[in-house]
Amino acid sequence: MIEPIIGRYLHLTIGGEAHRLYFEEAGAGVPLVCIHTAGADARQWRHLLNDGAVTNRFRVIAPDLPWHGKSTPPPGWQDREYALSSDGFMETVLALADALDLDRPVFMGCSIGGRIALHLALEHPHRFRAIVGLEAAARQRPWYDTDWLDRPDVHGGEVCAALISGLVAPQAPDEYRHETLWQYKTSGPGVFKGDLHFYRKEPDLSARIGNIDTSACPLYLLTGSHDFSCTPEDSSETAAAIPGARFRKMHGLGHFPMSENPARFREEILPVLEEIADHG
Amino acid sequence: MLERIPELLNADEGFVRRGRFMSARFLVEVGDKAYSVAVEQGRVSVEEGPFLLRSHAFTISADAGDWERHWADPPPPGWQDLFAMTKDNRARVEGDLLPFMQNLQYVKDLLAAPRRLGGRAGRD
Repeated sequence: MIEPIIGRYLHLTIGGEAHRLYFEEAGAGVPLVCIHTAGADARQWRHLLNDGAVTNRFRVIAPDLPWHGKSTPPPGWQDREYALSSDGFMETVLALADALDLDRPVFMGCSIGGRIALHLALEHPHRFRAIVGLEAAARQRPWYDTDWLDRPDVHGGEVCAALISGLVAPQAPDEYRHETLWQYKTSGPGVFKGDLHFYRKEPDLSARIGNIDTSACPLYLLTGSHDFSCTPEDSSETAAAIPGARFRKMHGLGHFPMSENPARFREEILPVLEEIADHG
Repeated sequence: MLERIPELLNADEGFVRRGRFMSARFLVEVGDKAYSVAVEQGRVSVEEGPFLLRSHAFTISADAGDWERHWADPPPPGWQDLFAMTKDNRARVEGDLLPFMQNLQYVKDLLAAPRRLGGRAGRD
């Protein structure tokens, strides 16, 4: 059996520097850009990319963010500390959409991808048909010191996976729980830590989210019942501050819904995607 | 519950292998009871206190009711992971955290092992 997913490399300029970005895609129709969590890559979306009920209406596109997965880190990476900024993150998404000539794609991102969903909803609503934030909130309480993630006396891959392992809901099938953790174990050194930079070091979005105009672009927030990093309460509080935003708590799911329990996530996301396709 | 950990885990080859580079002693407090957990190349032994001036690399503590929820199968949201508990101040991890972080999944699995005995079901 050969899966319908196709992977290709795209050459882009982001923040004035050249990037070679890997992305996977499958399907045809409304473009749907999917962004992975911190310290992971597009492998998290493989079930959605393989789901005929999605790909018969959507062209699903899942990139590995710069520094992640099979995307090549920029030349000179060895002398820098990677740190993701919200501006650089937004620029990546918009540059990808421009390079692939996507007409008002749907945006869906999880965790850091969910936080950037809020930034995009705030600053670029007219570029998107709809925005879906998974495990997304304007602010979240930190729960560990990120210095543990990148130091020579602690195995980076092992500690990243062990830190986030409890964010997978207990109901997740064992196979997908461990596949999700494997992806964290194989991330580049310091990448997970650098991703969290824009969560931890930039001001949170609480003061600005009231300005999001959901009439320009519908906004959906979905959060797993067992996510203690971005809790359902964090997301529902965010949704309550945005007129027209829709929130749903996903029972039996954690912080990685699309990869930890694809069958359960499908029950939640198909109705949302159907609504978007019908109205978009 | 903690005294059952050696019988639950020392026969689990995968668990012992993952902890093969850990040799440390740490303290687990369940309410006002203390347990000294000694790990030697991935094998565990547990001794109930009190202990007089015994040194431990780090201490993990929570109330008995919080550990009981942590050990439920499935555990309710908020108690499913040690860090869900520390985030909400239901558990504390103190001391030298280097051996803890170097063997993090091993230690978390060790602490969650009583779940294998099939505790009261959690919510959600």
